[in-house]
Amino acid sequence: MRALDTFLLIAAAALAGCQGPWNNPYPAEERGRNILYSAFSEQPKHLDPVQSYFENEIQFTAQIYMPPLQYHYLKRPYELVPFAADRLPTATYYDAGGRVLPQDVPAARVARTVYRVTIRPGIYYQPHPAFATKADGTSRYIGVPAQALSRYRSLGEFEHTGTRELRAADFAYQIKRLAHPWLHSPIYGLMSGYIVGLKGYAEKLREAAADAPRNAYLDLDRFEIDGVTVTGPYSFEITIEGKYPQFVYWLAMPFFSPVPHEAERFYRQPGMQANISLDWYPVGTGPYMMTVNNPNRSIVLERNPNFAGEPYPDEGEPGDREAGLLDDAGRMMPFVDKAVYSLERESIPYWNKFLQGYYDASGISSDSFDQTVSVSATGDVQLSEDMSRRGIQLQTSVSASTIYMGFNMLDPVIGGLDERGRKLRQAISIAVDMEELVSIFRNGRGIAAQGPLPPGIFGHRDGEAGVNRQVYDWIDGRAVRKPVQEAKALLAQAGYPDGIDAATGKPLVVYLDTAMVGPEGKSRADWFTKQLRKINLQLVVRSTDLNRFQEKLRNGTAQIYVLGWNADYPDPENFMFLLHGPQSRAHGSGENASNYANPEFDALFERMRNMENGPERLAIIDRMNAILHRDAPWSFGFHPADYTLTHAWVHNRKPNKMANNGLKYQRIDPALREQRRAECNPPVPGPLLLAAPPVAIAMHPAPVTWRRRERASALPARG
Amino acid sequence: MFGYLIRRVLYAVPILVGVNVITFALFFFVNSPDDMARLALGGKHVTAEAVEKWKADKGYDRPLIFNAAREGMAQVTDTVFFQKSARMFVFDFGRGDDGRDIGYEIRTRMWPSLAIAVPTFLVGLACYISFALLLALFRATYLDLAGVILCVTAMSISSLFYIIGGQYLVSKLWNLVPISGYDTGLDAWKFLVLPVLIGVVGGVGASTRWYRTIFIEEMHKDYVRTARAKGLPESRVLFGHVLRNALIPVLTGVVVVIPALFLGSLIMESFFAIPGLGSYTIEAINNQDYGVVRAMVFLGSFLYIVGLVLTDVSYTLVDPRVRFE
Repeated sequence: MRALDTFLLIAAAALAGCQGPWNNPYPAEERGRNILYSAFSEQPKHLDPVQSYFENEIQFTAQIYMPPLQYHYLKRPYELVPFAADRLPTATYYDAGGRVLPQDVPAARVARTVYRVTIRPGIYYQPHPAFATKADGTSRYIGVPAQALSRYRSLGEFEHTGTRELRAADFAYQIKRLAHPWLHSPIYGLMSGYIVGLKGYAEKLREAAADAPRNAYLDLDRFEIDGVTVTGPYSFEITIEGKYPQFVYWLAMPFFSPVPHEAERFYRQPGMQANISLDWYPVGTGPYMMTVNNPNRSIVLERNPNFAGEPYPDEGEPGDREAGLLDDAGRMMPFVDKAVYSLERESIPYWNKFLQGYYDASGISSDSFDQTVSVSATGDVQLSEDMSRRGIQLQTSVSASTIYMGFNMLDPVIGGLDERGRKLRQAISIAVDMEELVSIFRNGRGIAAQGPLPPGIFGHRDGEAGVNRQVYDWIDGRAVRKPVQEAKALLAQAGYPDGIDAATGKPLVVYLDTAMVGPEGKSRADWFTKQLRKINLQLVVRSTDLNRFQEKLRNGTAQIYVLGWNADYPDPENFMFLLHGPQSRAHGSGENASNYANPEFDALFERMRNMENGPERLAIIDRMNAILHRDAPWSFGFHPADYTLTHAWVHNRKPNKMANNGLKYQRIDPALREQRRAECNPPVPGPLLLAAPPVAIAMHPAPVTWRRRERASALPARG
Repeated sequence: MFGYLIRRVLYAVPILVGVNVITFALFFFVNSPDDMARLALGGKHVTAEAVEKWKADKGYDRPLIFNAAREGMAQVTDTVFFQKSARMFVFDFGRGDDGRDIGYEIRTRMWPSLAIAVPTFLVGLACYISFALLLALFRATYLDLAGVILCVTAMSISSLFYIIGGQYLVSKLWNLVPISGYDTGLDAWKFLVLPVLIGVVGGVGASTRWYRTIFIEEMHKDYVRTARAKGLPESRVLFGHVLRNALIPVLTGVVVVIPALFLGSLIMESFFAIPGLGSYTIEAINNQDYGVVRAMVFLGSFLYIVGLVLTDVSYTLVDPRVRFE
């Protein structure tokens, strides 16, 4: 017991030596500093802007790189504004003869579109060894012997750094990198169909790289892309085939960020350690730079000293001023000096650390939903008393996403555009109660979808105008799902009265193909089965692994499936194309997993995709939605809602489902954070000390008995 | 002894090849190179051309195990299996599908794993053996009964409960140490106290009962009765005779796990955000990264073989009757 007491005393003394709460996971020198604390649950695989695409990657690259455009942080609907560019790019349309066409020209007449981008002068790269020069102006680290480089184990070990001004050629260089044979840009396939000459350039590059040593520096400037022209130090042009107005949205993604050729030359030198690469250490012109990349533990972004600053927006949508989101209008960003992202795989420790004040923001997991918020009978969401007392704020937003239950239109039972197939799918759409699904499996976080377009996307209609009349009735100012009797009636009209196939006399069996596994998957599968049982349909759930599930979709052998889609950009084209006939997954490699092909819908899509937002486009979208409601290639599921909690010391946080570069807008109050942390985390060593006496009492008989045994004689003493 | 060790090392080669073959077969039974490419490329906007390009770049465009298009040895060597497996026997693990150096990852991640596993192992061993000796000494008394009930209860509780309960009690309710995280050097101690404590407490049930059984069996032997009859104190009987003679079964269970300590603990590392090797394999399986999976399975089998050899060697140290033949 003496050892235990000693240990406790030493531990208590050591912890008492630390200032502030004992359970603070961060170094003492960070106390009171202007640092934002966040976490990541999955390591980023790629930080090279040509490859990074997943959310857990873009949350870093979007703070570091500076594409020509960005989304307005506060305004809704989403609006593009310049970032590296000095204004929004202009699009000029040309016909096949090279003649300039008016802006409202029909897409069919447009042979090519030229986007002219001009960037702001005076933008500089972050300090980086790739730009370090000697006194004579030559590069300090590019072209040095391999032995000299092999001693550096991380980027921070390079003694010298430098910078240079951003030039238009750096944007052109990055577009060339989309076609790099050793990099695998997820958008190369898409862009090679648009950017003039990108495909030919890729082939030339592949031939040139065939004999080059793996991972060596490949001079991308040996060849040029016909459709990318640098017209001056601060201007360049991109020429695309036909008319594709959505192209400008891609200019707001890291794929089109500038990358200096010096960085690639620096990283791809013989002797450089494998993990010192552009994929590991980004080089950007944005507000932050990565100073620590230890994806096994933490990633640290610090203010880029060469970033000239950017004023905080001075206008937003109604309510923003009252919410304090315009308090910093006109002040120069970024506000936070440093952002520390810690690896936190499990939701329970993450949640507890958020409550202790060691993370500044958090989502709400299903486990902690009930203790966090309460949903009233009218659907209003309120923070619990405990959360309100802690000063925690709740923000809710509906994602630019749609989760849907799709029907394979090639399937002989569930598919087809005939009346039988339509009515069968409509009956199923009524029977599967998406409101109940959202309530049971997502704690009410989501809204039932009336079509493919989520709120915030042009073409989405709230209220009666947007209701799917095949599935809902509009009663007392709200959409009410049709009664099951109507679904049964539709089923009978389809030739399956009471779930029996009238032609064969056998019960109709339909199949749900899914990759859902585990207890959650099982309960969802059971729920779907129960839904179809309401109309006496038998559902067989065919669970498989993700690879086989995707294979079924590619082969067109799945029958009913559940998928989701997150918007790449806020345009209806990015959702409607999921049902565009030529993009069938079974007949090509498109994203139309239902293999839906309706000539009228396809023709409307072709018109709508190239139009500017306006009444005419809205009318076409309405017509497309009506066709989808009738044909029911999907049972429109729901649009997920995100609930985010922030502490009282976090300011200017507004959910933005398109922009990923939100770090620079956020401001924190470190003094308040320190105060709250101290209040929330007083050390309580008492219970440990109190536990010592009962343990000692419980163990007491052991030494007593031991001593008695040691003193006892082999035979009992004679009396 | 030297000849014996050489022989054991040579035996290890076919075992490692066999493990590689099985890993390869199992992995490619559920994943095809096309699946790997699609997952790596992000799932959206993936074209057939991009899939082929990825496979060619990563070396998955060859036949899996037999290349009929080539001649001679190349029919075997110009395959995915040979190209991905051969260099592992010189401990060159290559790169993962994300392009990162697997050897670097292993070298970096093994230290945090060891930082938890070694103290847990040593403190746990000392506690379990002491507790088991105590129970064996007081066998058939209320102390023994209470101890056994405690052990069975401890065995019946999920390790996840210890972790979540420990975090709740020590870090959230009493605010004594951080809930999760890791640091290097001396600053690591405050992150290690709780997982080590939980690791020791979590293992007390099964290990103590196992050691108690061994010790009780040993205490019924004639030499123990003789030692007592000569009037040796109980401490001498226990630590000088019983413990020493019970070491063979103890070593069988203990030494073999020492090399595997490098591999870490999946759940513990995950909940405490310890950047060790425990979660590395699972991440690789989730990402369908064959490069990492084969490297970790190879390393695991290699360390297990090392553990078995060490166990054999340790027998000769504790029991002079054991000879290498």
